[in-house]
Amino acid sequence: MHIELRDIRKHFGPVKANDGINLVFEGGRIYGLLGENGAGKSTLMKILSGFQPPDSGEIVIDGQPQRFSSPAEALGKGIGMLYQDPLDIPAFNVKDNYLLGRDRRVILNYKTARAELDEITSRFSFEIDQQATIENLSLGERQQLELTRLLVGGAQFLILDEPTTGISADQKDKLFNSIRKLAWEEGKTIILVSHKLDEVQELCGEAMILRKGKMVGRTPVPCSNEQLVEKMFGQIPLRGERPVYEVGEPVLELQNVRIPTYRLTVENINLTVRAGEIFGLAGLEGSGQQLVLKACAGLVKNDQGRISLAGQDITHWSYQRLRTAGIGYIAAGRLEEGLVAGLTITEHLVLSQPSHKFFIDWASAQKQSEARITQFQVVGRPESLADELSGGNQQRLLFGLLWESLKLILLEHPTRGLDVRSSDWIWEQLYARRNSGTAILFMSSDLDEIIDRSDRIAVFSGGKMSRILDAKTTSVEEVGRLIGGQE
Amino acid sequence: MKSRQWIRWIWPIVPILAALLVTSLLLLLFGASPVTSFDAMLQGAFGDTSKTLSVLAFWVPLLLSATGLLVTFTAGLWNIGIEGQIIMGAIAASWVALKLDAPSAILIPLEILAAMAAGALWAALSAVLKTRGKVHEIFSGLALNNLAIILTNYLISGPWQPPEGGSFRGTEPFQDAALLPLLGESRFSPLSLVIALVAFGMVVVTLRGTLWGLKLKALGKNLRSAFLLGVSSEREMILAMMFCGALAGLGGAVRVLSWFDSLRQSISGGIGFLALLVVMLANYRMFWIPPISFFFSMVLNGAITLQLRTQLHSSLGGILTEMMVLFVVLFGDATKLGIFRKKNDHE
Repeated sequence: MHIELRDIRKHFGPVKANDGINLVFEGGRIYGLLGENGAGKSTLMKILSGFQPPDSGEIVIDGQPQRFSSPAEALGKGIGMLYQDPLDIPAFNVKDNYLLGRDRRVILNYKTARAELDEITSRFSFEIDQQATIENLSLGERQQLELTRLLVGGAQFLILDEPTTGISADQKDKLFNSIRKLAWEEGKTIILVSHKLDEVQELCGEAMILRKGKMVGRTPVPCSNEQLVEKMFGQIPLRGERPVYEVGEPVLELQNVRIPTYRLTVENINLTVRAGEIFGLAGLEGSGQQLVLKACAGLVKNDQGRISLAGQDITHWSYQRLRTAGIGYIAAGRLEEGLVAGLTITEHLVLSQPSHKFFIDWASAQKQSEARITQFQVVGRPESLADELSGGNQQRLLFGLLWESLKLILLEHPTRGLDVRSSDWIWEQLYARRNSGTAILFMSSDLDEIIDRSDRIAVFSGGKMSRILDAKTTSVEEVGRLIGGQE
Repeated sequence: MKSRQWIRWIWPIVPILAALLVTSLLLLLFGASPVTSFDAMLQGAFGDTSKTLSVLAFWVPLLLSATGLLVTFTAGLWNIGIEGQIIMGAIAASWVALKLDAPSAILIPLEILAAMAAGALWAALSAVLKTRGKVHEIFSGLALNNLAIILTNYLISGPWQPPEGGSFRGTEPFQDAALLPLLGESRFSPLSLVIALVAFGMVVVTLRGTLWGLKLKALGKNLRSAFLLGVSSEREMILAMMFCGALAGLGGAVRVLSWFDSLRQSISGGIGFLALLVVMLANYRMFWIPPISFFFSMVLNGAITLQLRTQLHSSLGGILTEMMVLFVVLFGDATKLGIFRKKNDHE
């Protein structure tokens, strides 16, 4: 299958997300699509997969110009996209989800469905329990199911958007093996959209780099990381050095904390985070680290144990009360738990800052908003809606909404989906916070981030917390073992 | 771009025109002339001063209720219980009117306060059931609507029945001092219109210019994020419902103290539901609320004359308004029809 993109353009107001992109893809190859946040990768892939139409330009498949009005139509022509968050219906079981949109008869043919599922899953050694409902599957398993659905749907051309975010190392290996098989043995074309240079180096034969809506280079890989980074950013960003900082008094203390939920019970949590300390929580998604963070933020309740902030017992305090006591919390889902789609940057600022009175002074709010936008380097205007911002800018905005002086900052995946430069920027902000004595407790599925950024680390596995590691002396291997539940 | 903006602005009129068209077809089907019928309706609404005043008198409680609903819709709440809140307001105002002996200057403010308090409390019940009991406000609202109707029936056939005996029709007429000052022989009280317009203005200012209004907007769009941004969701939801309930209760007071002169069996006459339709038709464009509610009042009042004139049943007015709502649901969101390009999310 030969796909050609000709002069694809897509503008969002003044933003040129795609500014005349020309690309050719050949069958049987694995391509990597690189670019920093806001470079236009997602827009281009959404156009290619029929999610949105381009303003101008055309998609040519095997010499035929095509127009898609929906992802289903694109899949009909052989183009399938695996989204970062698989588009499935949580309450359905595996078979129903698989059949949805595939079987158009009144009475569903479960038998064929089972056979098709079995055939593909065994070919790629996926492990999917067909009786399970989607909400009980891990992200990796949902991804495998979605991939299966695309393949049975006739996809010859697969777009994978950040497929390794939030899945285990084992699932990643399986995914990569099946990708190689699909390309090399079955002649399918694969595009991997990723921020992770190592993955592109490991998997792809060629990297294509986008910057500010334009193609800035194609290069065979493996090549040196520096070469890729230079193309992505136009310069090599300097990695911020971890500043040395003397930690102070204990800020957050958890004693024998137990958090019961219907799926997982976290027990015997004892940890202390000191002023100016950065404490990282590692572990697979859903191993309990998020529950601990949410308990500290007052969003879930522990039934045993004690949580204290700067010596004061804060067990069972409400979120709003903890907020005034000096705890800032940034959740993983930016538009689900943090920003309100449909509200402007200025409106967010007015809502989140404590200083406003009954009547809103829109003129001064606008000025404050402009100041924050500059300070936090958000690409947007005071009247931009939160959902119009790119992921990286949404994260910058969330940091811009944190209060000035905080005792403790809690973070879920602070740099998920962000490029190297945005991630560094986020951590510079956090280092500045710690230098003024704020304690930082964060969770991340990126092991390098955990080890590079933390002072101390705790690893969660199946609701249990490991011994506490010193980040300076530990290794990826050691943390990896603990994630797998081995001592 | 310019013409697009213009279409967007007049968009609410489209369902109205479509409804007029379909109703005309219906009329033709029954062998009636649409022109004479609509003319009869217009005559019924504006034929003489008393008819026009009637339209105004019906408009006031409708406008008050729709104004209240603007607040709850902004907060993302479906206040179906508004009908019950109107009725409770009417009952509270009637209670003051029946039980208290005082000059107008004292009696009327007391009636209004009692009505607003009763409406607000009835709405608070729905709100607390939602925040504490996890009962959706649509279900509690429907239940509370029925309870309010049952309470009215009990009062007019029991404790508040007229001396000549209960007849399920209503209480005896209130003392003159208890009634709102009316214009001439009509049922229209200019004072009530002033109050309604002031309330509408207040709500517009509240939603556009106050922190509370912004909090409600955030709640309505994303409860979880709003909570994390520091909006106390439970408190604001209860307050929004009470605010709406108070205005609905005030509407109920206007019904008993000017449209009627006593507490009647169907005291609201579906004004609450009608107000829901008004707000849906306006679809967050606040300044459409007064004209749309006025139009509804005109159609429903005009339909009565239509029946007298042409022997067509007055439910034609109802058909016309319901038709409009159907067309709103069909055409309402212009972006759905692809007439306006929706802003896509992008990197």
